[in-house]
Amino acid sequence: MYGWIWRHLPGPTALRLLQAVLLVAAVCALLLFVIFPIIEPRLPANPITGPGTVGQ
Amino acid sequence: MSETRSGGWDFSAGGASPIGGGAGPHGSATAGTPNGRAGRPGGGAGETIRRIVFGTGEALITLGLVLVLFAVYEVWVSNIFADRKQHQAQQQLAQAWHTGQDPLHGEDKLNLPAGKQVVLPLGDGFANLYIPAFGKDYVKTVIQGTDDADLDRGPGHYVSSQVPGQIGNFALAGHRVGKGEPFLNLDQLRPGDKIVVQTASNWYIYTVLGSQPAYQAALKLTGSARSDAIAAALAATDQQGVPGREIVSPSAVQVIAPVPDHPGQSPTRALLTMTTCHPKYTANQRMVVHAVLTRAVAAKGTALPKELAGGTL
Repeated sequence: MYGWIWRHLPGPTALRLLQAVLLVAAVCALLLFVIFPIIEPRLPANPITGPGTVGQ
Repeated sequence: MSETRSGGWDFSAGGASPIGGGAGPHGSATAGTPNGRAGRPGGGAGETIRRIVFGTGEALITLGLVLVLFAVYEVWVSNIFADRKQHQAQQQLAQAWHTGQDPLHGEDKLNLPAGKQVVLPLGDGFANLYIPAFGKDYVKTVIQGTDDADLDRGPGHYVSSQVPGQIGNFALAGHRVGKGEPFLNLDQLRPGDKIVVQTASNWYIYTVLGSQPAYQAALKLTGSARSDAIAAALAATDQQGVPGREIVSPSAVQVIAPVPDHPGQSPTRALLTMTTCHPKYTANQRMVVHAVLTRAVAAKGTALPKELAGGTL
């Protein structure tokens, strides 16, 4: 997967490196600011307060 | 080496590989991709298995990195979202007070009988919590309710518990790490520390329970003896059997009873209880701190009570 992406990035090595870093940053931002906030409340491990529990 | 290769388990991928020559399966995995591609364009059974193993490895490493990133989200990024919500709640409450709309309708007062049930709008702020021991700028708007969404906005008030100043227990829950972490430093509270609650009409000053003489004595010690003695001073119960601090299981709901730890008894004084996760980063137990109302003063303009920096009331 990573090899495939690397081979499909255009330009010389320095430019590819820059693009790779930007790609990683974009994926991290997507996960941290969009995907995790959506899935986090749905996770079963999330400690909840309810009848019979003292919360958080 | 050639036997291994024909068996299909050669990760060095390709007999032409000069690097893979004596290295065997280890060390040559990373070099495999370009060499394999150049040396064996067609593939074969060995190539397929190599690709599957390599792809699975990459997927597992990726999953591991995503999980690490999720931990980063939980302890750090979630605070950004929660702080924004808390800020919004503070603005809303300030605006409501400014326009004469008190969610409590002025019903809170010193030693309000425990039987009086004050109904508050769920999910909205109705009081501010100041804890000078957490820093002179520490202020959190208390949200009515303890759902996940409520606790994302700020410390939540257990709906079944009493309101500030009322006889009984004004009980709050707050996150320890992440999601605004209002009670991150709950373990830093000491017997005698002040906790100030502001409503539209009044300021209520609560004092953390536990033995203050024992705490002063503990300060003279050093090392682990000191921290043990401080813990013991906090755990000391008062004449009504309520400690300053206790560590309990999440199911120990008696800690938020009108008389904490004595669910059957009818209360005679106004207490404040704060609960949070313990130990840090886990939800295995709850850290619970109890405080007793020691003073109340009517709100007067923007003046602060003496317990806060620059206070005059």
